[in-house]
Amino acid sequence: MGMSFQTVMSQVMLGLNNGVFYAILSLGLAVIFGLLNIVNFVHGALYMLGAYVALLGFTMLGPLLGRPDFHLNYWAALIVAPLVVGALGVLIEKTMLRRLRKFDHLYGLLLTFGLALIIQGVFTNYFNVSGDAYDGKPEVLSGVVDLGFMLFPKYRVWVIGISLVVCFSTWFVIERTKLGSYLRAGTENPELVKAFGINVPLMITLTYGFGVGLAAFAGVLAAPIYSVSPVMGSEMIITVFAVVVIGGMGSIMGSILTGLLLGMVEGFTKVVYAPASGTVIFLIMVIVLLVKPAGLFGKEA
Amino acid sequence: MKSLYSSAALSASLLLATAGFAAPPKETISDGVVKIGVLTDMSGVYSTLGGKGTQVGVEMAVKDFGGKVLGKPIVVIGADHQNKADIASAKAREWFDNEKVDMITGLLNSGCALAVQKLGGDKHRITMNTGAASTELTNGAWTPYSIHYVYDTYALGKVTGQAVVQTGGKSWFFITADYAFGQSLEGNTALFVKKLGGKVVGSVRHPLSSADFSSYLLQAQASGAQIIGLANAGGDTINAIKQAREFGIGQKGQKLVGLLIFDTDIKSLGLNVAQGMQFTSGFYWDRDNATRAFSKRFFDIHKAMPTMDQAGAYSATMNYLKAIKAAGTDDPDAVMAKLKSMDISDFFAVNGKIRVDGRMVHDMYLMEVKKPSDSKGEWDLLKIVKTVSGDEAFMPLSESTCPAVKK
Repeated sequence: MGMSFQTVMSQVMLGLNNGVFYAILSLGLAVIFGLLNIVNFVHGALYMLGAYVALLGFTMLGPLLGRPDFHLNYWAALIVAPLVVGALGVLIEKTMLRRLRKFDHLYGLLLTFGLALIIQGVFTNYFNVSGDAYDGKPEVLSGVVDLGFMLFPKYRVWVIGISLVVCFSTWFVIERTKLGSYLRAGTENPELVKAFGINVPLMITLTYGFGVGLAAFAGVLAAPIYSVSPVMGSEMIITVFAVVVIGGMGSIMGSILTGLLLGMVEGFTKVVYAPASGTVIFLIMVIVLLVKPAGLFGKEA
Repeated sequence: MKSLYSSAALSASLLLATAGFAAPPKETISDGVVKIGVLTDMSGVYSTLGGKGTQVGVEMAVKDFGGKVLGKPIVVIGADHQNKADIASAKAREWFDNEKVDMITGLLNSGCALAVQKLGGDKHRITMNTGAASTELTNGAWTPYSIHYVYDTYALGKVTGQAVVQTGGKSWFFITADYAFGQSLEGNTALFVKKLGGKVVGSVRHPLSSADFSSYLLQAQASGAQIIGLANAGGDTINAIKQAREFGIGQKGQKLVGLLIFDTDIKSLGLNVAQGMQFTSGFYWDRDNATRAFSKRFFDIHKAMPTMDQAGAYSATMNYLKAIKAAGTDDPDAVMAKLKSMDISDFFAVNGKIRVDGRMVHDMYLMEVKKPSDSKGEWDLLKIVKTVSGDEAFMPLSESTCPAVKK
């Protein structure tokens, strides 16, 4: 297929659109792995949970409170969902993950994987697996904008913009501020940081809450684009882990850039040879692991 | 009442016991039980249109039949094949070899269906397919024990394809699920499009269960085709239609045509998005009094109206049990002979008969999604535009490559 400028540019936009979801999810994983040393397999389920907070807040919260006209609107959901899911994350960290800190990575992985299966199973029991439509998309973000080379939905432009802002702010806070330096130091040498009067366990708990809050935020962003379904997270998480592995476990900037890049690679694959679009990321993962086992942005151990 | 039953059972067993002295009873029901397995997608993209609802249909049929056939109990079991052919065939093997399953139904997903049907042929067990669509099931992959009950890609492609081309949709671009079903549906539809003077300008194949269709939709848009044909199903079709609307595709000039759509998909999309779409179905709950009566009962159990797969599973099970009763045995050869000779006629199948190639031929319907203003209830979604007789809709035996069809 001959590729015109127009085709290339529209695929760049679509790739970027998928890429920001990979970026924001793999960023959360990278933060959690970098600071807590936990391979957080429950991330996808919490992303799904974020979307459901938005959906149920819009459709069911009002009737439940006895006020059928009340809808938790989209903007509120963007704040509420990360808080709700973040609080759940804090609970998970405090009651379960904390006990596993002494042990091998594998135990945390198994625990979070089990949690993911339970959450997904419960939701599959109560909700439509093919997905329910989220109708709370704000009026201002409906319709399309003319980018010159294509008509692009306003909502997706917003998603790309806000995601990039969130990603780079997170990077900035962790890598360039005092708070971030405490976080990083707290994982390197908790005893020493404690000696400075900093509550390291609380810091770690909040970091986990923040990481999964990011997943919920992405879930709300995804709700108006894709159908909200119990399996939306499990479909995403495998790809996102591949992104993290390619970028280098624990590298913040690496996970953001790799997410964006792989979204675009996947987008181009859909034009060149669509049936391979589901596997191209894993192919890249294999090659990267062979050539640079620590990942593109990872530090060699 | 209970004591009456148990004394009847007692006397019956006494009778059997005394008869046993005279001559060993001929075993009419193998293993003393008729076991029906529902093997389908219970949790994935297709589980809303099939899934547990298919099992509900089968269980209703067993209950309506009386729970017993030739004095032996009927048992229904279900399993999730997760849309993976290897899991489907491993489960079917376990069922045939260890669980004494006599018949498997459901079988959504052509990939899984082809694997299980082949196994059924090897093991001499009946498969009554209500979910999958590929015409291969009644052609190259035919077995003496296979029945394809509800619909297939030939009927979908022919009825919808003709309706669209005749109203001016001459050039097509296909967005196709990349496995046996999608390819079969695209192939069959393209055949009728070309036969009627239309042309296919391109196609793109996507992996099963894709979340993002925007790239494919833009390719379809760029092709300039009048019709974008969706040769996929379930969650994939829903996502494609939703995202087309998001990009403003299908509103000016180009038209989206879903080649396989179920009531539950329309429910998920909403009438606002789906209104005016035409597609082909083997069943609609609101067709007449009999379908409404069945569907209301189904709704009370499953909390959704039955799709053609789910209603078809009821009908297939009921006719299977009738055939056992008529044959006086659950021997697969005898039951198949009965099924192929009897009339299939109930609320689901109008003018039905099972042909030598295992194809159950019955009336098909060209459906149209109602405008929101015409809908009088939550499930008042569709109207029947045209009824197409089975002989007209399905592949004639003269075109078949089934080894059982004598030429």
